Amino acid sequence: MQRLSSRRLHTGLAVASAAILVPCVAALGDVGAGAADAAAAVAAEGTWFKMDRLPLFVMLVVVGVAIIVAIELARSGRVVKIRRMAALDAVDEAIGRATEMGRPVLFIPGIMDMTEIQTVAGVTILGRVAKTAAEYDAKLEVPTSRSIVMSAARDVVQAAHFEAGRPETYDAGKINYITDEQFGYVAAVTGTMMRERPAACFYMGAFYAESLLFAENGNSIGAIQIAGTAEPSQLPFFVAACDYTLIGEEFFAASAYLSGEKVQLGSIQGQDFGKLIAMALIVVGVGLSTVAAIVPGEIGKFMTGFKDLIGG
Amino acid sequence: MMQRTIPIAILCLSGTIMVAAYFLSFAQSWGETVTTWFNILAAVALVLGAGNLIAVNLEKISSQRAGWGYAAITLASFAFMLVVGLLKVGAVPDPKHPGVAFAGSYESAASPFGWMYEYVMSPLTATMFAMLAFYVASAAFRAFRAKNVESILLLGTAFIVLLAQTAAGMFLTGWIPEDSAFAFLRLDHIKTGIMNHVQTAGMRAIMIGIALGIVAMSLRLILGIDRSYLSKN
Repeated sequence: MQRLSSRRLHTGLAVASAAILVPCVAALGDVGAGAADAAAAVAAEGTWFKMDRLPLFVMLVVVGVAIIVAIELARSGRVVKIRRMAALDAVDEAIGRATEMGRPVLFIPGIMDMTEIQTVAGVTILGRVAKTAAEYDAKLEVPTSRSIVMSAARDVVQAAHFEAGRPETYDAGKINYITDEQFGYVAAVTGTMMRERPAACFYMGAFYAESLLFAENGNSIGAIQIAGTAEPSQLPFFVAACDYTLIGEEFFAASAYLSGEKVQLGSIQGQDFGKLIAMALIVVGVGLSTVAAIVPGEIGKFMTGFKDLIGG
Repeated sequence: MMQRTIPIAILCLSGTIMVAAYFLSFAQSWGETVTTWFNILAAVALVLGAGNLIAVNLEKISSQRAGWGYAAITLASFAFMLVVGLLKVGAVPDPKHPGVAFAGSYESAASPFGWMYEYVMSPLTATMFAMLAFYVASAAFRAFRAKNVESILLLGTAFIVLLAQTAAGMFLTGWIPEDSAFAFLRLDHIKTGIMNHVQTAGMRAIMIGIALGIVAMSLRLILGIDRSYLSKN
């Protein structure tokens, strides 16, 4: 049964990951929405390439190339320095505390399916948490709200136990599917929190209205809480109620950071190059907007058009 | 070996198709096909989830662990909804086919399935959501403690925004004429300035970081560099 679910998981994960680039592209699309709108005016109908998405495509290619170059540089032996992330450094401390207190560790991988890249990021962090928990012999509980996520989590936790050299301590029964229903899931998880009083709670994934319900319940039982999400509207709640929070990009960098592999860390440097381009575009956009406002006539129109093209 | 290579190959292919579908007109249907594949897998996996739900709750009942009564209620509710939903028990007859009971809608509140959803499930969900108000208050109470410069700034900003949202905000500064030189002192203007400039700027910075983070992570997955989500055995 376990092998069957494992195989199904692999196929599931692969196809689920197909949708990974959709949020990726859409996220860039949100950022460059202005450019897309402006270019839409000149979009050629019926062409094989969606011309209104050309600026976005160019940006994606530039950032992608920068990331691949950074990965290759890291592969060739270039030293990659990444700043320390307090939230990830606290993982060992949180699990150690749970072990000393004889209480479980709770990991919540969000409420979305594997099509959501935040869930994939959460599951990769789960691997590291599970490995540490296995080494410390701490009890790890992973309630999930999607059955594919349950399968993925089981596979990752099992692999972590193997890696820690303690396959015999793996217990699939601790990784359960609760319900797809948002608040039904909240009721079940908060009930578990109040009854079992975990000493460490991890919230890593896509969260919505339930974020504060989890975090406040965790706070009330005195658990160390570490959260990570890329939902901007939920970040304030986690920052207010948790001990440590991985904010946006930090959350996606976490798996590379935790792996410690040069190649993965290189991708974070490439990502920083993208940030540099974004900063440069912001400065150029502000400059062009200012010129367009001051200089009237054709020059102003040209500046406005150019600014719109680059996403201002 | 194959257990990891094949999923990564599928991931790479599917990811590339999804990117192509976003930019190329003729590839749009390919993306829809990949999404359909996922939906089929998710439907299969739901059986796995339901099986797990039944196994966990049966184990709780058989070992009479604390709270086993709740497990019994969960299983009974699950079975009831499954039966009345699948068999369309008490479904409202379809006007086009009044003689065929199975053609009716089970979603109407007049049917047992719809009634349970409307009068049991929805109120329970609303109750859980309503609790959020109290949690927001308790979290705000902790977050707004003036411990250092940053928290004082947070407290001050939150105080202005909250005050401007209430009638008290208009009462205190509403008398300042809109067209006067001191209009910027009106609380509603200060609030709009905070929301449109300070808050939006910060939020966009986070959004740009998130977008770049997603691109980097997606590339790591598609290129097979990050394999931590796959089994190692």
